[in-house]
This record gives sequence, structure tokens and C-alpha cells, in this order.
Amino acid sequence: MSVVVEAESLKKNYNSFTAVNGIDFKINRGQCFGILGPNGAGKTTVVAMIYCFHPVTEGKLKVLGYDVNHDHRAIKTRLGVVPQENNLDQELSVRENLLVYASYFGINSEVAQKRADQLLYFFDLSSKAAQEVEQISGGMKRRLTIARGLIHDPEILILDEPTTGLDPQSRRLIWEHLRRLKKRGLTLILTTHYLEEASQLCDDLIIMDKGIILEQGTPPELISYHVGSKVIEVEIEPHLQAFLLQSLENKIGGYQIAGNTVYLFIPHDETKVLELLNLNKNIQTYQVRPSNLEDVFLKLTGRGLVYEEDISPGNRYQPENEISDQVL
Amino acid sequence: MLNRNLVVFKKTWPTSIAFNIVEPLLYLAALGIGLGVMIDDIEGMTYTQFIAPGIVATSAMWASAAECSYDSFVRMHYQKIYHAIVATPINLREVVVGELLYGTFKSVLSGTVILIVIALLGLVLSPWALLVPFVLVLNGLVFSQIAMIWTGIVPKIDNFAYFFTLVVTPMFLFSGIFFPMDVLPEIVQTLAWLLPLYHIVVLLRSLTLGTVGPELIIHLLWLLVFIAAIFPLPQILMHRRLIK
Repeated sequence: MSVVVEAESLKKNYNSFTAVNGIDFKINRGQCFGILGPNGAGKTTVVAMIYCFHPVTEGKLKVLGYDVNHDHRAIKTRLGVVPQENNLDQELSVRENLLVYASYFGINSEVAQKRADQLLYFFDLSSKAAQEVEQISGGMKRRLTIARGLIHDPEILILDEPTTGLDPQSRRLIWEHLRRLKKRGLTLILTTHYLEEASQLCDDLIIMDKGIILEQGTPPELISYHVGSKVIEVEIEPHLQAFLLQSLENKIGGYQIAGNTVYLFIPHDETKVLELLNLNKNIQTYQVRPSNLEDVFLKLTGRGLVYEEDISPGNRYQPENEISDQVL
Repeated sequence: MLNRNLVVFKKTWPTSIAFNIVEPLLYLAALGIGLGVMIDDIEGMTYTQFIAPGIVATSAMWASAAECSYDSFVRMHYQKIYHAIVATPINLREVVVGELLYGTFKSVLSGTVILIVIALLGLVLSPWALLVPFVLVLNGLVFSQIAMIWTGIVPKIDNFAYFFTLVVTPMFLFSGIFFPMDVLPEIVQTLAWLLPLYHIVVLLRSLTLGTVGPELIIHLLWLLVFIAAIFPLPQILMHRRLIK
């Protein structure tokens, strides 16, 4: 089948809080599907429902044709999970972690050993096979967690914020590994709040905020549709902004304001706009750069993906930050 | 889950067992010899003989209680191992049962080691003692389950102090291990029937001394009913705790 995950009017409430508020999406086999959004958007909750950890409150969710409300074991056998926090077994070595995890799937020892060795090799961890998990670096722990998610040869791999907290080099290394996995036909479902990660890896993505889907599409589509090819960031005092925008009216595709910064979305050619900006003496500075997904998010919500000054504390529910035992 | 715990156990067992032996022996030595000098024979046996079976029970009790409280909590809450396993075809109830079985394993292991030691000291007087490991299985189930219930509800690891101070220690002191129950007021003796450890101690003492009789069946049944009645609780509480 080509549709591997299907959600319809999917809703999730934690007591009185609605984390996911009626969303629909379809994921196709072999693609890298991204769920992009700031912390508290509901991304982790969505994937937790896909891998049958939290029950669905309302709506339909099917994975590989199975219903998440009934066929847990069938789904979990075919799905690999890489959670946000490495929950590796500190009391076991690198290799033992893989072997013990394999036993949970009922994989026989010989097959498990072979797969473990293959995975260690693929993720460049072979030299660390006998090391205690506590002693390896953060990037290696993350690669091991990903390897562990693959020990049972799943059809789909879910990665919840796979590179959060890693240094740029480790991050790129993991992206490389993920690209190679995708080439082998694995379907990837990725949640992230890093726009670059979403742009680099995802074929199709949904942008979530506060429990709903704001937009859906491929990264290039979303960017060119919403914000054009370039953005000019202009530093100018608020009371002078209206005048500036008036003067630029027909020449820009759209704009967004955040404090002292006006973001001008330029569909194609920025030269005319730059001429006008150069004439305006009230502008402090400006900067031209290519547009990206963060701009899309900014346009859709008036906020950045990472900086959330506009979210009032009362609205923000972050399961992953509580000291409770909720997933991740 | 049981398999995972056994793999870890295999790596650390020498130290684990060594410590397991030392403390009970110290108790036996200090109390048996120390107090034994001052105390006359109880029911026809020396004081050391009297407390030896109790020491088997307590060692087993502490083993499973500690395993399913502190150790399980660390696995669940800090290491998030339960979360990792629940992402596989194994569900949470099975994880809990696996933990209980491991706690029981520790109980049997711990108690049997002590049993062997006291046998070597000549404190075991009857071949009925070969049935002791079976009683230790019941002991393990009882205390693993009780501990696991607490693990399902404590907000912080420090709160286990309540468990040990209010539940385990009183049982430890009032189950007929260090002195025969009939020196206590009637009321207390009757209340002692509510303590699982009391029944376990009665069974163990009878088996090691050979004083078996049909009344032991009652104690056995009490334990079986207790275990069966409590069995669903750890699973329900853990499910409520982790899965929203």
C-alpha cells in the first residue's frame, strides 16, 4: 500500500487540555514526512499516538492499515521509534542494548547478533560495541538510539526531535545517515523545530501550532507560496513602519512585523525594493537573505519557531518538560 | 523484561550476592549469640535457632521490596526504560509482570543463600526445609507486588521512605521473627494475621524445624489469596501513571 499512515479529525485531550485539535494528514511510503512546529505544538503527541503509546481521544488513525485503537502489537512490530530523550539502558553495553531490545521483539539470537553488527557498522559505532553506554558521547548515544529503533527491520521509523541538543557536526552526520536510510526505502516520520532540518530532509511536511495544522506541503512549495524567494529584514522604529510599508505596497509579496524588525517577503526580484529602501533615511539597517521555513511560520503565526515571546505561559503545555513520566 | 533484568544481573551478581549474605549473618551473629546468651530456650530451641528462619524471610523480603521499589523506580522514571520497552510489541502490563518476576527471583535467590548458610551452621533441623524455596516464591510475589504498588504512586524517589518506615519495618518487627508472638497482647496477635510476613515466618520456621502440621495450609492459603487479590493493582497503577 502506498499510504502508510492516515489520520482523520485526530484529537487528543489530556484531561482538560487539548493537545491535538482535529487534524488530518496522510503519509506515503518511502517519503520523509516532517512535523514542524514550536515546543508545545502537539508534535510529540501526534507521534505518540501513531506508535500507540497514548490512546486517541477522538478521530481516526491508521498505521499500515491497522487501527491504533486495536492492533497495537501489529503496529509496533512494524514501526521503529526513536524518542526525544535517549532512553538507552545505562546498565548494558552498546551492543547489549541492541541485543536486549531485539529480544523484546522475539527476534532469535542469531538474527539479532547479525543485525546488531550491521547496524553498529552502518552508524559507525562498531568500535564502541563493548563500551558501557554511559561512556559514549551524546552524538553516539543518539546514533545508538536510532540504530536500536531499526533492530527489528521496521517499515516506518519515527524520530522525535532527533538532533535537538546535538552540536552541528553530529547533527549533519545524523542527517546523512537518515538520507541513506531513506534511499533504502524506509519511510521516515520526523518531528522537529529546526527549520533547516525540515528543509534538508523532508519531502512533505505539516506545520503545526497549538494543536492544529497551519499548512501542509513540500518545503519549496510552502516557501515560494507564502514568502517568495527572498526576505529583507529591515530595522526601523515602529512609528515609522506604516509609512515604509505604504511606499512599498505593490512591490512586495507580503510582510510581517516583530518589534523593531519588518520582514519583507519578496516574490522574485528585490532590486526595486532595495532602491526604495536606500532612499529611506529612517531605516537603521537592512539585510537581504533567502527565505526559509521559519519565515513561513512567522507569516502564518506572527511568531518565530524557536523564540516564543508571544506565547503566554498559561497556554503552553509541554509534556516533555514536566517531571512527570509522560512519554519523552 | 525479566530477560533484560537477568542480563544485567549476570554482570553484577558476585558483589550482589556477597552483600546479600553479609548483613543477615551479622544479624544472626549479633542477635543470636549476643541475645542468645541472655535468653532461655524458646519453645525448646535456642534463640539462634528461633530467629534463623526469620532471617531467611527478612533477607528475602528486603531483596524483593528493594528491587521493586527503588530499582524499578529508577528504571521507570530516570532511565525511562519502561517507555523504551512499551514502544515495542511488549505492553506495559507485561513489563510490570516482568519486574514482579524478577523481584521474586531475587527473593528466592536471597533467601536460599541464607538458608544454605544457616544449614551449614546446623540451624536447620528437618528435611522439610527443602520446601522453603517455594515459600520464598510466595514471599517474593507478595513483596514485589506491594513495592510495585508504591512505585506506581510515589511522586519522588524519596517517598519510598514512607514505604519502608511505615510498612516494611513494622512488619519486620512484629511478625514473630525476633520473639514469639504470644508474648504480645491478644489484640496485637490477632492484628498480626493481617501481615503477610507473619504467615511467611510461621511457614518457614515450621519447615526448617520440622514442626509441620495441617494448620500450615491456612497460612499458605492466606498468602495465595493475598497475592491473587493484589495482583492487578501494580499494573493498573502503572498504567494510570504513564499512559494518559
